Amino acid sequence: MPEVKKADDGDDGVQIDLISGERMENMTSMEKIRMILDGVHEGNIVILEEGLSPDEESRLIEVTMTEISPDEFNGIEIETYPQSGNTDSGLLNRLMGNNETKKLTVIGPANQIETLHKDETLISALVSRK
Amino acid sequence: MGLITDIRDSISSLFSAQDPKRIGIYGPPNAGKTTLANRIARDWTGDAIGPESHIPHETRRARRKENVEIERNGKSVTIDVVDTPGVTTKVDYTEFLEHDMEKDDAVRRSREATEGVAEAMHWLREDVDGVLYVLDSTEDPFTQVNTMLVGIIESQDLPVLILANKTDLEDSNVRRIENAFPQHETLPLSALEGDNMDEVYDKIAEYFG
Repeated sequence: MPEVKKADDGDDGVQIDLISGERMENMTSMEKIRMILDGVHEGNIVILEEGLSPDEESRLIEVTMTEISPDEFNGIEIETYPQSGNTDSGLLNRLMGNNETKKLTVIGPANQIETLHKDETLISALVSRK
Repeated sequence: MGLITDIRDSISSLFSAQDPKRIGIYGPPNAGKTTLANRIARDWTGDAIGPESHIPHETRRARRKENVEIERNGKSVTIDVVDTPGVTTKVDYTEFLEHDMEKDDAVRRSREATEGVAEAMHWLREDVDGVLYVLDSTEDPFTQVNTMLVGIIESQDLPVLILANKTDLEDSNVRRIENAFPQHETLPLSALEGDNMDEVYDKIAEYFG
């Protein structure tokens, strides 16, 4: 699988990596988290077509916390669509193969991305340069 | 059949007597988690769990109060209350400077806060049997941290009660929280004033007993 290319440092813009579900499907949880945080450390906006599982989200928060460094990295902003209404995420539902974690997820450096609006069908975010 | 049932009940009561359920108090920073933990601990043990503050990330280590025995309707439920640091995806030390803190203190507080959040996530995955999810009812509940944390709690099949705290404040909006998490029961309360704690204890006994 080809590596994600990095924009030249001299480029005046914000790199956005749109990661397909197919690219993620054979990765381990830590490989996904590493890929996301490496991109975010570079100042990129990472968009996941199919998001992360709750367990992976939990680990992403944990690893992010260990990498926060004053004046260098403040953490991440992450957005997914909120669950709508009475979603039943019970055991039976999951056994039946209903995977509700497949939802578009936007992740970026906390100091570069600001969520302007979020509802069940729309995420509107303001992205600034480094 | 009766004998097997008796043995099973004895084993079950033996274990439940030895291992009170660990109930984690989770939520975003400044929701009033420690105020609630202290309220529960003071009501049933006479002791507090930790210091409360309006400055975010006052709680930077998970603190456990063991064997809190709550009596409801002639029965008693024994739980360990685990007060956890507020969960967030970002910590910026400069925000602490706004609370009249020196830079060194702010940087130290932010470092401890990040460790605390990581610790809270670890407890949630490994070490709690149920969750009291505390929200400030004057704030918008539709945040990513709330969405993710409730999703993580649900994925672990942990029993959870949503607590809409700070109902003593004028801007409190409990309905907004009920609408955000319709799949869970939401209880209004003021941990600071002790309002509606009887109902909270009834539900703790029902959910975690």
